[in-house]
Amino acid sequence: MLKKRIIPCLDIKNGRTVKGVNFVDIKDAGDPVELAKQYVKEGADELVFLDITATLENRKTFVTLVEKIAKEINIPFTVGGGISTVEDAVALIQAGADKISINSSAVKNPQLITDLKNRFGSQFVVVAIDTKNVNGEWKVFTKGGTFETTLETVNWAKEVEKLGAGEILLTSMNSDGTKNGFDIEVTKAVSSSVNIPVIASGGAGKVEHFTEVFTKTQASAGLAASIFHFGEIPIPTLKNKLKTQNIPIR
Amino acid sequence: MIAIIKYNAGNIRSVQNAVNRLGYESIITDNPNEIKAASKVIFPGVGEASSAMEYLKERKLDELIVSLKQPVLGICLGLQLMCRSSEEGNTVCLEIFDTQTKQFPPKDKVPHIGWNNFSELKSSEILKNIKLEDDVYYVHGYYAEPYDNTLAICNYIVPFSSIIQKDNFYAMQFHPEKSADVGEQLLKNFLEL
Repeated sequence: MLKKRIIPCLDIKNGRTVKGVNFVDIKDAGDPVELAKQYVKEGADELVFLDITATLENRKTFVTLVEKIAKEINIPFTVGGGISTVEDAVALIQAGADKISINSSAVKNPQLITDLKNRFGSQFVVVAIDTKNVNGEWKVFTKGGTFETTLETVNWAKEVEKLGAGEILLTSMNSDGTKNGFDIEVTKAVSSSVNIPVIASGGAGKVEHFTEVFTKTQASAGLAASIFHFGEIPIPTLKNKLKTQNIPIR
Repeated sequence: MIAIIKYNAGNIRSVQNAVNRLGYESIITDNPNEIKAASKVIFPGVGEASSAMEYLKERKLDELIVSLKQPVLGICLGLQLMCRSSEEGNTVCLEIFDTQTKQFPPKDKVPHIGWNNFSELKSSEILKNIKLEDDVYYVHGYYAEPYDNTLAICNYIVPFSSIIQKDNFYAMQFHPEKSADVGEQLLKNFLEL
C-alpha cells in the first residue's frame, strides 16, 4: 500500500538553516546537512529545502549545499526558492536535487512548468501554491504571500496539472504558523480536483492534525517545519501514532 | 569499476552518490569501451521513453546494452526501456524482458509517487534480506506488467513488476538510491553479485 509521506521543510539562508533547532545529538544545528541526516535517521520520507535569500550570490552557495546534501542523504529531496528559469533548475538538478519547486515564477510564466516537464519529466516539477481565503474565495498569492493574484486556487491547481506539474505543494496562509491544524477545506478541495499528489502544508501543531488531513482529504503528504525543528513532535513519535490509527505510514 | 550510463536528462548523480556511499568506484559514461570494460553496469533512467530510446540509438547504446554480459541494473525508466515496448510515445524498447509498459489507469493519483511495499517476492540473490513489508520509493506514471521473470510485485491501482531479472539483466522500477536503508541493501545485493 502506498504510504502517506511526512516531510520536514528546512528554510535556508546563506547556506544555513534559519530556524533554531534543539536536537540534542546535533553539533551544529545551523548546518543543513547535519539536520537533514538527523531527519533521515528519524524516518522522514522526504525533505524540502527552501532558499529564502535566493540572490544571485547566494545561489552558488545553495547549489554547493545541494551537492553536499545529495552526497549524504539517501531519501528524495526537493529544493525551491528563486527558481525562475530552466537554467536555474538545471543547476540544482545537476547538483543532485530530485525535484524542484516553483511558485511565483509559475504564476508569472506558466510555460515554465511545461518547459521543465519537457526537459526533466513531470516528476521533477513541484508547483507550490500559497493560498488564502479572501472574502470566501480561495485566492493564489505569490512573492512569499505578499501579493494577491487574480487566480482562484482550485482552478490554478487544475491548470498546473494540465501544464505538466507532477505534484502540488499547497500552503494555506490562513493556517500557516497557527499550529491549529492543516486547512482541511482548501486541501480537500484541491486534492479532490486534481489527479496528481498534493502535499498539505501550513498549520501542523499536533499528531491529530496529520490524522485529520490524511483521513478527511486526499492529501498524499504532510509538510511541516517548526514542530519538527523544535522537537515538539519527534518524527518517530508522529509516525508510530499514525500507524496505530491505521494510517499507511512507512 | 561500475559504469553508470550517461543520459541527457535526469539526476544520475544520485545513483553515483549511492554507489560511492557503498564504497565502490564508479564513472558516469556513454563511452562504449568504458561500459564494456566495467564489472557492472547501471542503466538509470528518468524522463520520457521515446526520447530516451532515441538518445540511446543515436549513440548506438541500444545495441551495446543488450550485448552486455556482466550484471546490468536498470532503474526506473531503465526497467521500462528494457521491456518489449512502452505505451509512452508508442516506443519499441530494448526487448530484453518479454513484457510491456503501460500507463496507469487514472483510478488513483498518478504518477505513483512515494513509498510502497511489495505484494509478492520470489527468492533471489538480489532480494537478500528484503521482506514483503519493506518500503521503497517510487516515482512513475507507467508500469511493466508482471510476467515470468518478475521477481517482485508491487500493487498500486494494478499489480506491476517492481523487480525483474532475466539472465544478467536486473531492473527495479523504484529508486534504490533514494530508498533509505532498504534501497542501500538492494544496491549492495546487486553490487555483490
